[in-house]
Amino acid sequence: MKITLNGREEILKDGTTLAELVSLKQLNIDEVIVVYNCQLVKKKSWPGTVLKENDGLEFLRFVGGG
Amino acid sequence: MKDVLIIGGKEVSSRLFLGTGKFSSHRLIPEVIRATGSQVVTVALRRIDPEYEEENIVSYVSGECILMPNTSGARNAEEAVRIARVARAAGCGNWVKIEVIADNRYLLPDNYETVKATEILAAEGFVVLPYMSPDLTTAKKLVEAGAAAVMPLGSPIGSNRGLRTRELIRILIEEIPLPIIVDAGIGRPSEAAEAMEMGVAAVLVNTAIATASDPVAMGRSFKLAVEAGRIAHLAGPGETHEYAQASSPLTGFLRD
Repeated sequence: MKITLNGREEILKDGTTLAELVSLKQLNIDEVIVVYNCQLVKKKSWPGTVLKENDGLEFLRFVGGG
Repeated sequence: MKDVLIIGGKEVSSRLFLGTGKFSSHRLIPEVIRATGSQVVTVALRRIDPEYEEENIVSYVSGECILMPNTSGARNAEEAVRIARVARAAGCGNWVKIEVIADNRYLLPDNYETVKATEILAAEGFVVLPYMSPDLTTAKKLVEAGAAAVMPLGSPIGSNRGLRTRELIRILIEEIPLPIIVDAGIGRPSEAAEAMEMGVAAVLVNTAIATASDPVAMGRSFKLAVEAGRIAHLAGPGETHEYAQASSPLTGFLRD
């Protein structure tokens, strides 16, 4: 299935969960902020969130800024 | 009498707000915060780039600080509102620095979109500190929109050019019943002191400290300058005169 992650299209296996995608990307789960179809999703809900065709995801984090 | 700065109903212990961008290493940040004594510290929210390893900035900021995410990257009110909501939902508290910029060369804020974002977020319970071009009409609209403070720029972001807008900031200090915080452009402690002497409530400094050869020492210098400027403001500087006004008595000279 096709999703959009941080503005780029990606192909994932059907049934991939949010938790699996974060793990696949080797991201630090303590700092990644996940916005799924414009809604922030807390870490505890990642395993139960099954991604669907055309989903839009943003993986964000806090960085230095003025 | 105790000199207290209150923003959004909260007493703020330091009038030097610190930005966390551009430090050569995040490891410097805790030491710089100790040196500046800053309580309000800004961060930004960005997409993760898996190619570029960066440590989590928040872990370097003491839990005693008020974390103030900015909405940098927003080109209009809608994007600023979205960033603010995500930051709050991610546990960043309810303070936000509105930064809406559509000009890439000078990074000057879009005052119109800034007012719109301020109105929406203030209504949602955010403590909104908008970064703005110093303009009295806009500042009045920000007051009506529910801003907790108004943050005019001294000169373009990161330029270290100082208080180029001082006359306009002076008008805001006189006319706006909110804390005025100079954000952007302050490049030297002496400029921070000057802003404080003029009567601004606080200054937000990032580049000048982060890009100094010794950021910790520069942070301490800014702390002292901000305190000195504040005390000078409260002390009430004397009048200025066109011509000399003798400091010693003009009588009783020892002469033939």
